[in-house]
Amino acid sequence: MMKFKKTEETFFKFLMLFSTFIIVAALIVIIISILYKGLPSLSWEMVSQTPKGGYYFGKEGGVLNAIIGSIYLSAGATFLALLIGLPVSLLLNIYLIKQKRIVNTIRFFLDLLWGIPSIVYGAFGFTIMIYFGMKSSLLAGIITVSLFIIPIMVRAMDEVLKNVPMGLMEASFSLGSTKSETSYKVFLKQCSTGLITAILLSFGRAIGDAASVLFTTGYTDNIPTSLNQPTATLPLSIFFQLSSPISEVKSRAYASALILTIIILVISVITRIVSKKYDKHKIKF
Amino acid sequence: MFRRFKDKVSTAWMWICLAIVIILPFLIGAGLIIKSHTIIEKHSLWQLLTTSEWQPLQGKFGFLPFIISSLWVTVIAVLLSGPVCLLTAIFLTQYARSTILKIMHPIIDILAGIPSVIFGVWGILIIVPFIARIAPFFGTEGSGYTIIAGAVVLSVMIIPFILNILIEVFRSIPEELTEASLSLGATRWETIKYVLLRKAFPGIISAIGLGVSRAFGETIAVLMVVGNVIAIPRSIFDPGYPLPALIANNYGEMLSIPMYDSALMLSALILFVVVLIFNLLSRIAIARIENGH
Amino acid sequence: MYDTPKIIINDLNVNIGKQQILRNINVLIPENKITIILGPSGCGKTTLLKTLNRLTDLYEDVELTGSIIIDNIDILNTKVDITRIRQKMGLLSQRPYPLPMSIFDNIAYGLRISGIRKKRILNEKVEHYLRQASLWDEVHTRLKDPASKLSIGQQQRLCLARGLAVDPEIILADEPTSALDPISSQAIEEKFIELKNNYTIVLVTHILRQARRIADHVVFMYLGDVIEQGPAEEIFNNPQMERTKQYFKGAFN
Repeated sequence: MMKFKKTEETFFKFLMLFSTFIIVAALIVIIISILYKGLPSLSWEMVSQTPKGGYYFGKEGGVLNAIIGSIYLSAGATFLALLIGLPVSLLLNIYLIKQKRIVNTIRFFLDLLWGIPSIVYGAFGFTIMIYFGMKSSLLAGIITVSLFIIPIMVRAMDEVLKNVPMGLMEASFSLGSTKSETSYKVFLKQCSTGLITAILLSFGRAIGDAASVLFTTGYTDNIPTSLNQPTATLPLSIFFQLSSPISEVKSRAYASALILTIIILVISVITRIVSKKYDKHKIKF
Repeated sequence: MFRRFKDKVSTAWMWICLAIVIILPFLIGAGLIIKSHTIIEKHSLWQLLTTSEWQPLQGKFGFLPFIISSLWVTVIAVLLSGPVCLLTAIFLTQYARSTILKIMHPIIDILAGIPSVIFGVWGILIIVPFIARIAPFFGTEGSGYTIIAGAVVLSVMIIPFILNILIEVFRSIPEELTEASLSLGATRWETIKYVLLRKAFPGIISAIGLGVSRAFGETIAVLMVVGNVIAIPRSIFDPGYPLPALIANNYGEMLSIPMYDSALMLSALILFVVVLIFNLLSRIAIARIENGH
Repeated sequence: MYDTPKIIINDLNVNIGKQQILRNINVLIPENKITIILGPSGCGKTTLLKTLNRLTDLYEDVELTGSIIIDNIDILNTKVDITRIRQKMGLLSQRPYPLPMSIFDNIAYGLRISGIRKKRILNEKVEHYLRQASLWDEVHTRLKDPASKLSIGQQQRLCLARGLAVDPEIILADEPTSALDPISSQAIEEKFIELKNNYTIVLVTHILRQARRIADHVVFMYLGDVIEQGPAEEIFNNPQMERTKQYFKGAFN
């Protein structure tokens, strides 16, 4: 019987190692395949020029329109999400800290919001656009994407603010600060790196999402100069170029995919570095 | 004086933001319901959900093929991803040294951060040709743009999600329970099998429920590899057309064909409701666990 | 003194990570007596207890040197089948940790693990050990109920019955009454006094009064060292080492 027990355990241990390996391998395969297919077509031209006349037939140009467009869009959406999301997390962690039930209900609510697929936000954004007579534009995209990332932003900040103890707040009050002053100044100083992480995280999510911008932001070959213009985004750029039958365009799609992947990886690395710094300098309670 | 005013304005803004955040889901739900209203009035909801003829120009809207495709892709993705995540979570929390867990965290986070469209590209590059190659062994032929391709890509996408929850679930089981079981003469594996898995069971179900809700709404990656053919798939090697893909592919024609926009909004509503229900049930289960034990 | 000791601990050193938790421990644990390991918190008594059935294997970065001899077998030898050794001992922890199953299955767990499957035998044994823990009368009508429904005092008795069911020779108890109310605590203490005739009991506690009530043999520890050990009357009435005297004085102030 002992032998059977042993073999069973060894068998499952093997399966477990294998599963873990699959997950690591999946990540490596994804990155390597994008690198492999994208690198040959990656050129300075790709990142520094907008599509010229014959771009979609294989001629000159690059995806600068999409790169800048994505950056504008994500920055705008992240800013808007911060504007609305930061007060909400502060509210949860400072003002309402004593009403546990209310806070838990709101957190529950936010978790539900977080689960709504981005295409639903996109469809909703589109409806709002039509209702207000807006056209596909940078502004519409910013609003839609910000709605999508607000739950992410609040959640991330919540994680950070949760850990700051009441003692800090009381100390600040006793020195004569108002409640909101305390919130913004004291807490933000204490959690500044955590907040940066939250912002980076949200930015990363915003820049990579296609479904929420599909209906709302339009597409263009130019770099937008105002909020009312349609804007190209990297995910859509990849998507459109990939559907082309022309092989040069297809390979440039892979290069664009590589560009997006690199942006995301860079954001990941910066986030990790910032959080490591956070752990070092944080006052431990 | 000015400080007082600033304080009042700041506080007011905080409450306004909270209101926005709370009203938002209701607003979304209401908006979708209002837009779907036109099509539900014309055809009964039951008819829409259970018929399979999709000819918008003729006013025929049978959602069944899309619903079935969505179900297939989601269920298979969870079936693939679930066991892998469970085995990995057990390995990382019970057997592996903590350094391995530390290395895995960034890997899981990076996987979680990869955008949907990149998964789609990877799917086209690797998964689709692979499926096309093995299809003959299963008695079919095809381009590889199939339900199974969508399911495989989707399963990798939801791994970080399910895995993180499972790791938390196992981490939260008190060490003393393992000690108690070992003291009775059980081996590590027996402890996992008979004690830990039982204790973790509600958490495992929740993780799966949340995985389903995540998978059901995923759009771009699946759309790129699933074939987008409107027909009820009869096998996993057939192409499919899940609900999110329906919305994404046709928004351009939405406004030119009567009732098409209402139909697509209905799809969004269906997605919204299904995801919400799974999310709600799973989170309630998790909340119950945290309170009950 | 006593007859052959049940457990002989020789030159035991335990390091976890960079910290040395136990230093040159030499202890004899007599058979069929209640041995109390006493000391202030942080002195390593729980670690010592856990080393006895090698639960320390669960920790990362743990280094054990020395030997622990039980029935002529050095259990620290890696070739030893540790699950068999563990079955010789029952563990009772500070808070009861019932397994996530029914009352019946909790007791039957250890039995099933060692290969006993027959229903009739299981039923007999479950009843026997529940009676031994004085729990039978309270639960025999609801054996299939989840164990989590019991009160905390009942759960602790359940864990005792569960530990006894694997027919151990040694019972290890880590502050077993600290989470219980006075009545349940008393019940557990009385149980131990009853059980010592058939089992060797090693109990960790920081409650001096409890030690005085039930100890036959005392091992006093401080910061990872054994300061004094010996029969209870000798240690309590005539402590030799300065530390021990200080501890007893302090505990009463």
